[in-house]
Amino acid sequence: MKTYTYTEKKDTRSGFGAGMTELGRTNPNVVALCADLIGSLKIQTFIDENPERFFQVGIAEANMMGIAAGLTIGGKIPFTGTFANFSTGRVYDQIRQSIAYSDKNVKICASHAGLTLGEDGATHQILEDIGLMKMLPGMIVINPCDYNQTKAATIAIADHKGPVYLRFGRPAVPVFTPADQKFEIGKAIKFTEGTDITIVATGHLVWEALEASKALNEKGISAEVINIHTIKPLDNKAILDSVSKTGCVVTAEEHNYLGGLGESVSRVLATHRPTPQEFVATNDTFGESGTPAQLMEKYGLNSEAIVRASEKVIKRK
Amino acid sequence: MANIEKLEALTTQTRRDIIRMVHKVNSGHPGGSLGCTEFLIALYNDIMDRKEGFDMDGIGEDLFFLSNGHISPVFYSVLARAGYFPVEELNTFRLINSRLQGHPTTHEGLPGVRIASGSLGQGMSVALGAAEAKKLNNDNNLIYSLHGDGELQEGQNWEAIMYASAKKIDNLIATIDLNGKQIDGATDDVLPMGSIKAKFEAFGWIVLEIEEGNNIEAILKGMTEAKSKSGNGKPVCVLLKTIMGHGVDFMMHTHAWHGKAPNDEQLAIGLEQNPETLGDY
Repeated sequence: MKTYTYTEKKDTRSGFGAGMTELGRTNPNVVALCADLIGSLKIQTFIDENPERFFQVGIAEANMMGIAAGLTIGGKIPFTGTFANFSTGRVYDQIRQSIAYSDKNVKICASHAGLTLGEDGATHQILEDIGLMKMLPGMIVINPCDYNQTKAATIAIADHKGPVYLRFGRPAVPVFTPADQKFEIGKAIKFTEGTDITIVATGHLVWEALEASKALNEKGISAEVINIHTIKPLDNKAILDSVSKTGCVVTAEEHNYLGGLGESVSRVLATHRPTPQEFVATNDTFGESGTPAQLMEKYGLNSEAIVRASEKVIKRK
Repeated sequence: MANIEKLEALTTQTRRDIIRMVHKVNSGHPGGSLGCTEFLIALYNDIMDRKEGFDMDGIGEDLFFLSNGHISPVFYSVLARAGYFPVEELNTFRLINSRLQGHPTTHEGLPGVRIASGSLGQGMSVALGAAEAKKLNNDNNLIYSLHGDGELQEGQNWEAIMYASAKKIDNLIATIDLNGKQIDGATDDVLPMGSIKAKFEAFGWIVLEIEEGNNIEAILKGMTEAKSKSGNGKPVCVLLKTIMGHGVDFMMHTHAWHGKAPNDEQLAIGLEQNPETLGDY
């Protein structure tokens, strides 16, 4: 089986920052807004190079979403930046009416998603954002898996006309996808070929899925790992093609099982090809303080959890 | 002045449009619509520098954002009679498959509308974004917006009001429809807001008052002055004192007609008080 290695760990939010730097140099219509979290969003270089195209709105996320909607009227492509919690739940109605329903070309860029923001605890973590955003008609939802994919996604969404939710994280994680990749919205990536089980993963859980596939391989189980970076629109064909071969699936995400990637996959399978599925996701709970690794262990979101879920689902075939 | 006579004739016709629209579907918001009729007619037919046709980006022309979207009847009538879409389409207000949704939206592609509104408190932020875009585009045209006074109870407004002066958004003229009423009663009973003028001034805005907000001449004078105050490093607020339900006597001075349609008899009285001037749709 194909194996993946990495030489360095980097945070996906820095991939976003690097993508913004490039967009600042290549697309004069791209503008950035931030609600007092420049350092956390890693957009200082964009700001230094394009001060007139940056809007510091202060701690006022609702106003930020409205200003972003207004900036599109006049041809700008606004990228908003704050934590995932404050990018979604706090401003849901502003996004719903002024951006989604108004068909505005706003890119909602959300850092510190999921549990891995760590010690700040549940007030700042969010495990509901994918669900909130995918329910909005017309909203694209993307959760890239490493630094390079996040950078590529950031650049790609500027060319998509319409609202996008781009979700990324805080901790340094392995960089294992190519630096020169072309990011295609809605297109799944098959990382390993397998015959016994399909593992569909998004975000930080993709690396964990690859680690799990190695462990499963040692046990004689052949796993096919599919990276779904775009949760909406979902690449139905990639999922159906894979399960038609393997006959079972584990979905893995740093999100509540309610409203997440797993439920989107379930819907596709229930409609087209009923297939046994297990969910690696949080179980309708808030997070808490701790190190990222401790939290992923406690809430069952690591490679060991994926291995356990895989062994369980194979028995249900 | 001939122009004023023309605008007054348009006002009477728009009043007819408003009450006929809400009567037909037995729903909608006539009170605030009637109160803002003179203002929107003056804005679209005199004050604003508009281009022919409709283009979402609106480069090189003044733009208007309606934040209190429930007064859609007056907005639709004014837009139709300014040529954005056929006046016959007013017949479809709030009906299934219509572009004239209960609250304004871009979603059905109605020319003249640049943002959805209805969920209150969001329009000033949007207007600020459009004002920032104009500055980036070196476009010297202005942004106008309209907000209800009750709507100022929504906290997002105050984020926007703070931003506007901090960032010297001096190409925005935000008008507050000061009719003193909201759904549950007088604003002073529901949630007294104190001096709105003092609040805007404390936030660093230039504040102008139009005492007779249902008088075309007073509006033209006040808005011309407001325009002259733009471009001076500060946002401009116009406090427009209006009478809810103006022009239909039994709807005036009460919040009862905020979101209620007239019956057949009441419609007839309202139409009698506002004779046809430019032709009904």
